[in-house]
Amino acid sequence: MDLELFLMQLFSGLALGAILVMVALGLTIIFGMLGIVNFAHGALFMVGAYAGLWVASLTGSFWWALLIAPIAVGAFGMLVERVLIRPLYKRTPDDPLLLTFGLGYVLVEAVRITFGTDGIPFSAPESLQGVVDLGIGYFPLYRLFVLGVVAVILVLLWVALEKTRFGLVVRAGARDPLIMRVLGVDVSRLWLLVFGLGVGLTALGGVLAAPMRNVSPEMGTLVLAEAFVVTVIGGMGSLLGAVVAGLLVGVAVSMTALFAPEMATIVMFGLMALILLVRPQGLFGRPGVGA
Amino acid sequence: MAMLEISGLNAWYGASHILHGVHFEVEAGEIVALVGRNGAGKTSTLRSVMGLMPRATGNVRFDGQEILSKGSHERFRMGLGYVPEERRIVPSLTVRENLQLGLVAAGRTDERAAIDEIAESFPRLKERLNQQGTTMSGGEQQMLAIARAMISKPKMILLDEPSEGIMPVLVEEMGVLFRRLRDQGTTLLLVEQNVEWALKLASRAIIIDQGEIVHESSAAALLADKDIQDRYCAV
Ligand SMILES: Nc1ncnc2c1ncn2[C@@H]1O[C@H](COP(=O)(O)OP(=O)(O)OP(=O)(O)O)[C@@H](O)[C@H]1O
Ligand SMILES: [Mg+2]
Repeated sequence: MDLELFLMQLFSGLALGAILVMVALGLTIIFGMLGIVNFAHGALFMVGAYAGLWVASLTGSFWWALLIAPIAVGAFGMLVERVLIRPLYKRTPDDPLLLTFGLGYVLVEAVRITFGTDGIPFSAPESLQGVVDLGIGYFPLYRLFVLGVVAVILVLLWVALEKTRFGLVVRAGARDPLIMRVLGVDVSRLWLLVFGLGVGLTALGGVLAAPMRNVSPEMGTLVLAEAFVVTVIGGMGSLLGAVVAGLLVGVAVSMTALFAPEMATIVMFGLMALILLVRPQGLFGRPGVGA
Repeated sequence: MAMLEISGLNAWYGASHILHGVHFEVEAGEIVALVGRNGAGKTSTLRSVMGLMPRATGNVRFDGQEILSKGSHERFRMGLGYVPEERRIVPSLTVRENLQLGLVAAGRTDERAAIDEIAESFPRLKERLNQQGTTMSGGEQQMLAIARAMISKPKMILLDEPSEGIMPVLVEEMGVLFRRLRDQGTTLLLVEQNVEWALKLASRAIIIDQGEIVHESSAAALLADKDIQDRYCAV
């Protein structure tokens, strides 16, 4: 088989996976800290893409869209946490789950009403179009850019979580919120920030994904399913797991598309089933978490 | 002046009414022992003071301010430290990181100095600063929980059965530490099953039974009164 084609496909799988990593990270951070399975996560990915589209049309710049849309959608997420989700913390876990499930539908419908049901093309800026020669073959520049942005976000996230006092508090709060409260930390504010961060990450995924596909109200549906698969494979609540499994799923889907296109979507579920059999807590999950 | 004033304190877990009008005071700079049988309501009392009960009503004043309406984190920030019965060393963090957690709210910038200082009082922790906290022995974890509550220099510390499951030498060490803390002006409320040890440390003693305060006296008086001890503290 053609090596160059193989590399191209591998590479496009990585870019696909990088988007999944953004979505799955948000999902797993929110689950790990707040114990909430956010079913609106796919819709928020889609809202991120539309927000990007909107900001780009206002400012005429993809760069502003890339910067502003995730922040704005993240802020919207904080509003959702404070107003809708917070009153439900003391109830059963089903209540926030049902709420986010419903919220997802409301967001999709709201976008349909505002922007219409048709897909809207969203093009990458001129400077990111075209291909580059990496010596081993020609690769689309935009996908390289996506990988770069995701890598930078991952490094920033890692530094914030592992090297700062804020990160220490977040990690400890995820394991034992009660002790953080009696050590003077306003845990509800921490959760607000974490929810906003998780939503901001998926929205960034949405903006980054937009130029690689059409922007449509349903674009979040499949992504949510994929992100769930990724968190199950990586281990619920594990950040490293989300990264590794996200790339893994992206590459697996992309490679299958090359050899057996009709199997592409099924392969990730196969992978998930395999992991559930062999290692139910996921690749990097702690036993018992999320079980 | 009273550091902690509790009156008419009622508390519930769901529908079960656990504390029935608990009332007592702790003066600034003293050690008070709160004792009683298993299930008497000792932990519930401390949890009420820290704002951790699902529902609590009544009057609790700390350092002159009403605190029942405040969140747990605000109570800590007022100078109220807490060492829970379960210790709650955070898994996957090192001893040093667990100590740092005790400093985050204080916003102290001299974190290293604070940790060095606390390590002097806890030689066992000093040798293990980079070890995972939960891999230490029960006694070491208890020391860490106490150190973590102390490191921000709170005005008062609530201790829930600090001697539980600890070998006698360490319990003695702990007694020395508590006396030193008191001499430095820290107020201590000590919940204990090890009644004799607690009474020797404390100046006053309070007995709780079935969610009510049933006895209050000097620690020495209770230490001498085997009858009352047998009636309310027998295990
Ligand atoms: N989470 C809970 N839910 C319901 N009831 C509880 C809960 N925790 C404690 N209780 C009940 O509250 C009462 C008081 O418990 P508490 O823990 O305050 O007792 P204690 O004096 O600390 O006992 P011990 O010496 O065993 O620690 C007990 O009857 C106990 O069964
Ligand atoms: Mg108890």
